[in-house]
Order: sequence, then structure tokens, then C-alpha cells
Amino acid sequence: MENPENVIEVRDLEINFHTYAGEVKAIRDVSFDLHKGETLAIVGESGSGKSVTTRSLMGLLAPNAEIKKGSIMFHGEDIIKKSEKDMQHIRGKDIAMIFQDPMTSLDPTMRIGMQIAEPLMKHKGLKKKEAIAQALEMLKLVGITNPEGRINDYPYQFSGGMRQRIVIAIALVCYPEVLIADEPTTALDVTIQAQILDLMKDLQNRIDTSIIFITHDLGVVAGMADRVAVMYAGKIVEYGTVDEIFFNPQHPYTWGLINSMPTLDTASGSLQAIPGTPPDLLDPPVGDAFAARSDYAMKIDTEKEPPFFKVSDTHYAATWLLHPDAPKVTPPAEIVRRQKKFAAMQKPAAPFAKTASKE
Amino acid sequence: MPDERKKILEVHHLKQYFNVGKKDEVRAVDDVSFDIYEGETFGLVGESGSGKTTAGRAIIHLYEPTDGQIIFDGKDVSKLHTKKEMHEFRREIQMIFQDPYASLNPRMKVKDIVAEGIDIHGLAKDDADRTKQVEDLLETVGLNKDHSSRYPHEFSGGQRQRIGIARALAVEPKFIIADEPISALDVSIQAQVVNLMKELQVKQNLTYLFIAHDLSMVKYISDRIGVMHYGKILEIGPADEVYNHPLHAYTKSLISAVPVPDPEFERNRKQVPYDESREMDDKKRRMVEIAPGHYVRASEDEVPMYTQRAVDAGLVTEFSE
Repeated sequence: MENPENVIEVRDLEINFHTYAGEVKAIRDVSFDLHKGETLAIVGESGSGKSVTTRSLMGLLAPNAEIKKGSIMFHGEDIIKKSEKDMQHIRGKDIAMIFQDPMTSLDPTMRIGMQIAEPLMKHKGLKKKEAIAQALEMLKLVGITNPEGRINDYPYQFSGGMRQRIVIAIALVCYPEVLIADEPTTALDVTIQAQILDLMKDLQNRIDTSIIFITHDLGVVAGMADRVAVMYAGKIVEYGTVDEIFFNPQHPYTWGLINSMPTLDTASGSLQAIPGTPPDLLDPPVGDAFAARSDYAMKIDTEKEPPFFKVSDTHYAATWLLHPDAPKVTPPAEIVRRQKKFAAMQKPAAPFAKTASKE
Repeated sequence: MPDERKKILEVHHLKQYFNVGKKDEVRAVDDVSFDIYEGETFGLVGESGSGKTTAGRAIIHLYEPTDGQIIFDGKDVSKLHTKKEMHEFRREIQMIFQDPYASLNPRMKVKDIVAEGIDIHGLAKDDADRTKQVEDLLETVGLNKDHSSRYPHEFSGGQRQRIGIARALAVEPKFIIADEPISALDVSIQAQVVNLMKELQVKQNLTYLFIAHDLSMVKYISDRIGVMHYGKILEIGPADEVYNHPLHAYTKSLISAVPVPDPEFERNRKQVPYDESREMDDKKRRMVEIAPGHYVRASEDEVPMYTQRAVDAGLVTEFSE
């Protein structure tokens, strides 16, 4: 590990899928770190590669996927090189996952208490009785009312929000170091979503887990993340702290994403949609993949891929607009408004952000 | 002022129960009343199970309502007996569905999907006219006319939703019920579809009933909003007013749960809990106009409290009754 603060280090990852139509270049040179105890959000549209990236961390790629290049370091070892048998010891114990759909990620034929106890018996060698006792504690922790009475119920006897609590209980029962949450609240109502997000934050503090949070909902990201990575067409195009991404975004795609969300004070009129659709990754475009949909594209964007330019120690963006020779452009009005706010936030200096997050 | 506009849809005390009289009777829609004016967008929001989808389906008469009245364009929907009347009604009201993957027949070509309504209602003179109409419709929704001989699987989610919109527009409806039309789409594509719907509304003088759980999008597209909970509408009012000055405790709670793409706001978020038991006290409640055009479901003794809230929010002055 280059940095002891990192739980996971992903370097130069490239993943292709072999399909009847050819090779889909789903992940094109992705690198990122997951720090201890943080929540890293990965945002992007469907097909941007956010789910593929995290599935590779779990060793859960489809049979037609091929890891062309790169490494995923966890505890000083490369996960990619591990055998399926070794991965079975890591999965569910050290790295756990919560999936989007609580309706399909539980076994409908198994009592929920047993489903929560199963990883304890598999990974920690607990006897059934002890495991069930711990499962009961876990049910209390995730806020299932009357856990004693419900531990022997089946998934269909629970509502969607309650099922997602059970899925979270299964994922956390072994106190994993890393929790990957793939759109964990997308299928839920806003009020239930708020409860589940609060629960995840609370549990993170208690058991000191690092979370990778995948979502396309920027509102959820703003509330959950410490840092954010924005993915587009199989690449990370910008990453930084949550304040940097929301208040001082640099990549035109990040601008587009933020701009296409109505905020509660968006006046009526036209929403700023991002025109067009994402590129076909069978044959990824040369240069900046977003250029075809960007109002800010320059000639070089279609010729040469932009490297990461440093905005701050924690904030990088891959756009030629940051090149010293690039012309100065004015971002969309909403982004200008946010950047002004960012400038104002910088004045009281760093401690501000820390105290605010504690409250 | 709102009274001068023409009501295109009136729903009076609509009740839609399932398994009536049995142990597992479900009161999916229970005594719901609202009006929709011509040319406006009425947003119906609520959590899953609140009855918003059932209300939409009852309006288009996919169910036989348990009780109540639905008046569309001056005609009582439950009194449409002949096949011809029902036919005409179904032409005037169209629906756009949530899941663009499940709502298009995978074995039909796009042109046949879009033209199905045209065929049923005999709106095309001949084959050439039918083709022309389909091509025009595809163009209207931002698709290419060359797409007409393709199958649904060849399109992305956003494009499929455009096909669904073209299908609804094909029979020149007056009124469109859009049931969660953008929930299954990516953020950047959601804005495209919403903008298209707004543009079409102006061009073709459409009226929308927009059913959704995404409150920020509903607020953005709607002129007025109705908030549903447990089969009842709890609050109806102008979109901005319901958002910025919700009067009912449930609406407050719902709005406080919406995630906002602003980290600073999120750090200071205070979620308002909602005590459901208040609704269960068996008091008689009805929709009361607390501020002009702003209704809350309230019992007689709750009216002063809501009026006070409206006064505090500056929606009414103290003297107006």
C-alpha cells in the first residue's frame, strides 16, 4: 500500500466485455483510493461503468468480462490475482455489498434470521445458536420493530424498506472493512430512503466501515459522501471532496449533471438537459468522450485525451479547459452561482467544514 | 381567477376499494376529490401504496370505481355505456407508463406500436397517410423517421420513453396521464423527457396528470400538486405554495425527506417526522380551502390551526376568511 490510510487502491483498471458485437471497453483506465472510514460516492449514468468497477472489487464480474490491465490492492494483496476460493473468504466478511433491489437480493425460501446468521457461520465458524443470537442483535441495530417476533419470518412478509434493512444487516453482520452499496435506496420511497441513509451513516460510525456508494442521485450523494468520483464512458472524469464537486465543479459533464437536476428553488422554465446519449463503448471516441455532447468542446477534445489537471490537493479533473493555454469559458449560470458560494465558503478557512459536518 | 378556467376533469369523492367486504379489503383510494383545469399540469405525489397509481387508473376507467364520480369534459365517465362512447373517451385520454422496457411490445416494430391507436380509431386514410403520421410523430418526439422499422430493444430507455409518448400522442388526446414517466431514466435523460413533455403541452394544448414520487421533478413540471397518503389526498395547492409553505404535517415531512444536491444544505438537514396516528382518530375530515386555491384535509377543530399556519406563512391576511 502506498498510503496506510487507504483501504483499497485501484490502479489503471481496464475491463472489457466480450460480446457478439465485439469488445465493449467498459472500464477504461480507472484509478482511485478508498480512505479508511470515508464514504466515496461514484456517480454516473447507466453504462458509465460504476457498477462494473465495484463488482470487480468483489470478484463478481460476468463470465464474459476480462480484466485487461490494472490492480486492486486490498491488505497489500491484489484482488484480481486471487482465486475464486480465496475470494469467497473475503466476500461478505471483509468486503460486503448491498444491492439495489431488496426484492430480489434476499432468498425468498429462507427465514431472515437464518439469512443474517449464515455469513457468521460461514466466515466466523459460529454455531447456529450463537449466530442466530447475533443476528437478533443485528436486527435490533437496523431498526426492525419486534425483532424477536420477526426473526423467523420470510422476506415476503416485509415491506421494501424493511427488506433493505435486512439486506444491510446481512452485509454488516461480519463488520466488514469495506461496504459497497450499489444504488441501495433507488427502489425506495423518499421517506424510507432518508431512514435507510441515516441508518447507514449511523452504522458506519459505530463499526468504522469504509463505504463505496454508487448512485445517480446527486441529492443522495450530497448527503452521504465525503468524496465524489464522477464517471463517464468508463472513465473517472473528475474527483474531489463533496464540496469541491458540488460547489466548484470543473468538468463540463459534472456541470451538465448538476445543471440537469431541478433543485427546490429552480424556477419554472426549461431544465438544462444534457443533449444526446452516452457514446457506444464498443468503439469509444478518441479524445474526451464527452466532447460530442458538450457545449464547451474544443478541437483538441476530439483529438487527444485530456489528462487529470490538479485543482487542489484533493480535487482533479480530466478536461482540457483546465490547461493553462485553454480559453476562459463561463460555465452555466447555476454553476457560476455555486462557484461563488464555494469562494465564500473558503474564506473562513478549513475548520469550518469540519465543525459543520459534525452537527 | 382559477375558476374562470375550464375544468377538463372533475373527480368527486372517488373510492376504489379492492376485495370489498372481505377480510383483506383494501381502500386504495378513499374519498378523493380534485379538479384539473384545461392546459395545466396536475402533479399527484405520494409514497408507494398511497393510491396515486390506482387513482390514475380509475380515472381512465381501467377499474369500476366503488363509489364517486369522474367527470371528463362534462361527461360522467361511469355513464359511458356504448362501445362508441368508451372508444371516444379512451381516445381523448392517453397514458404514459413508468417502465419503458415493459410498456412496449418487444415483437412489434416501432411504427406499428405508434400506429396501433391510429388503426384502432381509424384515423388514417390509407397506408401512406399512416406512415406519414407515424413519421411526423417520431419527429415530434425527437426521434428519426428511419427508426420506424426498428424494434424496441434497439433503443435506450430515454428513446423508448419517447416512443411511448409518440404512441400516446398518435390519437390526438386532450388529456395525458403520465404515471412515473421518468423514474426509470438517468438524470441527464430525465430532463430531456420532461422538457419534451412541457414543449408538447404548449404546442398541442395538452393537460397532464403527472403521477410521481420524485417531488423535486413534480414541483418543477406541475402547476398544482395534490399530496396523497393512505388513499386520501391531504393537501392540494399551487406547486410553489405546497412546496415552500406546506400546511399539512405529512407534506412537511415528505418534503423534508427529499435529498437536495447541495452538501451544505444536507449537513444542516432536519428531517421532520410524521405521526400517522393523527389521521386515525376517526374524526370527520374534508378538504377545506385554507388559502385561495390551497386545500387541506382537516376536521372542523383543526381549521383554525391550519389558518394560523397559512397566516404565518403569509398566504392569507388575518382578516380574509
